[in-house]
Amino acid sequence: MTKENPAAAAEPEEPKEPPAEKPSASGEKEAPSPAKAEKKPDENLEDLPLMKAIRAFSGEGVEEVSSFTGKEDELTVVVRRDQIHPLCLHLKDQHNFNFLADLCGVHYPDRDRPFEVVYHLYGLERRERLRLKVRLGEAEAAPTVSDIWRTANWLEREAYDMVGIDFEGHPDLRRILLPDDWEGHPLRKEYPVRGDGFGLQWVERHIPPAARPIAHRE
Amino acid sequence: MTQVTPETIVPQVEELILNMGPQHPSTHGVLRVILRLKGEIVQGVDVDIGYLHRGVEKIGENITYAQFVPYTDRTDYVASPANNLGYVEAVEKLALMQVPARAQYIRVITAELTRIASHLLWLATHALDIGAMTVFLYCFRDREKVLDLFEIAFGARLTVHAFRVGGIYHDPPKLFYDKCTEFAREFPKAIYDYEDLLTENRIWQSRTRGVAVLSAEDAIDLGASGPILRASGVAHDVRRAEPYAAYEDFDFTIPVGKNGDVYDRYLVRVEEMRQSAFIIEQAAADLPSGKTMAKVPRVLKPKRGEVYHRIESPKGELGYYLVSDGTDRAYRLRIRPPSFVNLQSISTMMQGGLVADAVAAIGSIDIVLGEVDR
Repeated sequence: MTKENPAAAAEPEEPKEPPAEKPSASGEKEAPSPAKAEKKPDENLEDLPLMKAIRAFSGEGVEEVSSFTGKEDELTVVVRRDQIHPLCLHLKDQHNFNFLADLCGVHYPDRDRPFEVVYHLYGLERRERLRLKVRLGEAEAAPTVSDIWRTANWLEREAYDMVGIDFEGHPDLRRILLPDDWEGHPLRKEYPVRGDGFGLQWVERHIPPAARPIAHRE
Repeated sequence: MTQVTPETIVPQVEELILNMGPQHPSTHGVLRVILRLKGEIVQGVDVDIGYLHRGVEKIGENITYAQFVPYTDRTDYVASPANNLGYVEAVEKLALMQVPARAQYIRVITAELTRIASHLLWLATHALDIGAMTVFLYCFRDREKVLDLFEIAFGARLTVHAFRVGGIYHDPPKLFYDKCTEFAREFPKAIYDYEDLLTENRIWQSRTRGVAVLSAEDAIDLGASGPILRASGVAHDVRRAEPYAAYEDFDFTIPVGKNGDVYDRYLVRVEEMRQSAFIIEQAAADLPSGKTMAKVPRVLKPKRGEVYHRIESPKGELGYYLVSDGTDRAYRLRIRPPSFVNLQSISTMMQGGLVADAVAAIGSIDIVLGEVDR
């Protein structure tokens, strides 16, 4: 990977494939997208059989294709919100992505669509990996994939708890790590690292003064 | 007159909600399990976690890459070098860094020692939960030897901070490698002690066989990894599927179970300890010479991008998803904890089982709440 990357970075003349850029260019400002800013998508990413299959299925629904290493092991595909559920179902049924390794939310407050849900898919038989992403606006909900992989149940609850992303159709969407009546979502960028009232209110509501940590006593 | 049917004759059995934990000796920390019972049969399970939540991911986004390494020790605190390994390798991948071969080998030795220590702690407490006291003493006797090895090499026993971004800070003394070889040769004999006590033991078998069964399909669907997945018959091991560190240089087999019950999980973990000892012996025998630390800039600023790196921690697939925005701190630091995802399978495992088996089921997953709650 170390050898591969300077090589990939050393060919800046490669053309961006136009269909990938169209929807995202119209949809949002591209500046804060970390995966893209340094490197243009490798044209050989489009030649991967998996990428061709995704294109064939989702077509215009694919917003962006990139890979940090320039190879398929970090292949990242951003798709439109309405495409994520059908695409996941298709990838699981037709391409053996039977294992959802991870699902998490990321907050990019500077973007037009500030939330991102990141799916890490894995195929146990063919040992293939794929990262899918879907970008969401302030009030938009992501469709749940917990009906495709049951793993997603808790992972989506965690993304809801930590980043405050709503998942449409989730059977049991409630906080998982924090108490039910907690305010705010800690992994949002505006959430303070230290208290400033957020945790203190909860402590005052629930814990009698004598049992509070010293720092929270009067 | 009312019709007499079996329903009217059988007395109505009411559902009972039974709360277990968070302060319960067999939940290994602060895990609360709420069981919905009909008689002795478990009808439903709800798991309440988060008692140990410290916001590790948030902390990681506000300190530099190198500063976060000691925090990873505190996620899965019984297998801290494994957490270091996953994190530093993810950062190295992001910073396009090449780690010297000697450091890779030392990492493999340490990671496998960690696996042995973690599995020993699991076996000790799990056997104690089920009622076998002697195994506990044997396992702690041998785990102590592993912790002594950590102390020789890195100066700490539990939260070791073994690896740095770029390699190993100090090359461990020669004594460490000699002791590792000695340990790797002696340890398989100790495994016979545990197996003598448990494997053919009728009480052990009746407490574990056919208990908390998870089929291969369910295990995959629920994202279970590590020994849980392998006990269900899926031969998936990240060390083999996507070799990291120097694992492609070593010979080892992946133990696989058949039934996916508590007993198979026990067999898989015991065999894994043997394989780990075998790997340690190989790695200590042909250790490359040279440096143990790559050239690392004083201020590490990886370029923009994102990586997901995973390793086979003792508990399962441990993944780190890092997003860099070009500064010295991670923009997003996500830990994919194996315990958290494995714990989700508990409701499937316990559905329809007996309440008395709840302890065996929880123990067999091998959770560490520090990692579940982060």
